Amino acid sequence: MPEPEITEYFHSVHLLEDKCKGCVNCIKRCPTEAIRVRDGKAHIVEARCIDCGECVRICPNQAKTVVADCLARLSEFSFNVALPAPAIYSQFREGTQPERVIATLKAIGFDHVVDVAFGADLVGQKIREAIEGPSTIRPLISSACPAVVRLIQVRFPNLVEHVLPIITPMRAAAKLAKLQVHHQFDVPNERIGIWFITPCPGKVSAINEPAGYEDAIITGAIPISEVYPLLREKLLKDPQEIERLTADLRRGTGMGIGWARSGGENQSINGGRQIAVDGIHSVIQILEDVERGKLSDIDYIEAQACIGGCVGGVLTIENPFITRRRIRLLANEDQGNGIEEHPELAGHGTEAEEHPELIEGRSEESPIDRIVAEVMANDDWFKHDIPLEPRPTLKLDDDMATAMRKMDQMARILDSLPGLDCGSCGAPNCQALAEDVVRGLATEMDCVFKLRERVRQLASEMFELSEKVPPAMGHTEKKPVELNGIGEHSPTTGPETVDKE
Amino acid sequence: MGVRDIDEGTSLHYTFDVHGGDFAKAGDASSRVKRILQQIGAGPEIVRRVAVACYEAEMNVVIHAHNGTVTLDADLKRVTITVDDEGPGIEDIAQAMTPGFSTAPDSVREMGFGAGMGLPNMKSCSSKLDIKSVKGVGTTVRMTFDNA
Repeated sequence: MPEPEITEYFHSVHLLEDKCKGCVNCIKRCPTEAIRVRDGKAHIVEARCIDCGECVRICPNQAKTVVADCLARLSEFSFNVALPAPAIYSQFREGTQPERVIATLKAIGFDHVVDVAFGADLVGQKIREAIEGPSTIRPLISSACPAVVRLIQVRFPNLVEHVLPIITPMRAAAKLAKLQVHHQFDVPNERIGIWFITPCPGKVSAINEPAGYEDAIITGAIPISEVYPLLREKLLKDPQEIERLTADLRRGTGMGIGWARSGGENQSINGGRQIAVDGIHSVIQILEDVERGKLSDIDYIEAQACIGGCVGGVLTIENPFITRRRIRLLANEDQGNGIEEHPELAGHGTEAEEHPELIEGRSEESPIDRIVAEVMANDDWFKHDIPLEPRPTLKLDDDMATAMRKMDQMARILDSLPGLDCGSCGAPNCQALAEDVVRGLATEMDCVFKLRERVRQLASEMFELSEKVPPAMGHTEKKPVELNGIGEHSPTTGPETVDKE
Repeated sequence: MGVRDIDEGTSLHYTFDVHGGDFAKAGDASSRVKRILQQIGAGPEIVRRVAVACYEAEMNVVIHAHNGTVTLDADLKRVTITVDDEGPGIEDIAQAMTPGFSTAPDSVREMGFGAGMGLPNMKSCSSKLDIKSVKGVGTTVRMTFDNA
């Protein structure tokens, strides 16, 4: 069997060979047709995989797994910072305040916490400014969901320039963490562990191989599902202890936390004509429309691969429909508080926003306030380091003439396939098999129907051959019949009678 | 949906049917065209232009005509899209080229189509736009896109 295409891209979704039964569930579900079954096991075509986690969700045998970091890795560093994704706040009973979760993160081994929702607050404001800015590209697309960004790179390479090159809340939080640790704590860089507490495999990949950035900054990603049991067990109750543990921390506003659910990012940005789309298959439909030029009257598209947004990530615990509600409640009840706490984030056009230097003058100024004021005054701090590169995967050949010939060959193969899209060949549909054949990754006989046709043809040829006998043999075999016909069965005919006499 | 002819390897010819009034399938032909161009490795810029212009032309058939075809011809130098329909024809082509001019009925405009930008968009996306129309018979739009 030919090897699947091999690339240097990092992926967090992996296959557990022992558990894979070679069924066709994942190949059918994959939005980028990145999986093939070979030798009875699923193989991920890495160039096409966007780490959306759909296959992890659909696999009935739990054979797809996400390779991420575990809490034990904290011991490798002398100072550990947790960057909790806002989705984590929805994993606990309704009414659980984010401060409790943040404080408990410190109680279970992290030395410091920078709330990603706080990063979202800062980023949201920069996005609004960008939407209202001079860029003529419409619609702009959010870069927050790494699976969507990869989807655009591999399946919609024409749209890379639509992705707004502003850093994600995760990256903003990581950059803040670096600055803060540098200012406040005396720890050498190599001794600092910065950990994103992730709801999805997409973020794991984005950390290990960031798109749009030179370096990762973040040490690793720990799944929400990994920290959840410990957090749940140790969840702090004492308000004074919580207060003590969160004293020097900034947490996001309700708007920042809202980014965990679909629509929350748009609500937080609150500017321009917006669309929010969730679920990878729906995202594909919207991106098709963008390519057709159909959405040029829209300013901004918030797109998330998981249904419901980050709360629907495969590394979360709770049902996304329940958690979506909890996030909405947190966002609503907290709307006032957060803004009061961070005057620099209060709506558009406030004094603090227009004159960040005023924040520095506040009496209870803390290092984090100073850092935030500094970065908010520096738009470049929020920009991608390098342009997002397209990674087209559809091209059949580097040489266009060869690609055209392959197209022709592919169409002929497709015509001869049954069109049932059964998946038995290991490709998700007949079209994909035809493509694999011209790419040299499969053969037409991988199709069970083609194989059956061929077997039938061979069987009938064998039958025909078995009927054929060498002339010499045919003579001896058929002789008695002929004799019967001509001689013995006509005893009364004239000549014989004559002969006998 | 597609009928295919081949011309010795270095060119492609595909035809797709488009049905007037079939809004559910509207855009399918353009998506197929786009995918084919990506498969042969056409540059992102030309793919983008063809995708937009072809979709506009396909939508015109869906909105205005009874039925029609979208034909893709591609060789190493250029892409040609020919959209041929049986329909009412265009009464005044110069007027139809005016941005904002539209004869689309209100029912179609309510769906968000028929803003009068179709032909102007096709013109700005293509290297050359050629329209032939006979009133009451139909329209042929031919767009060429030179490989930059």
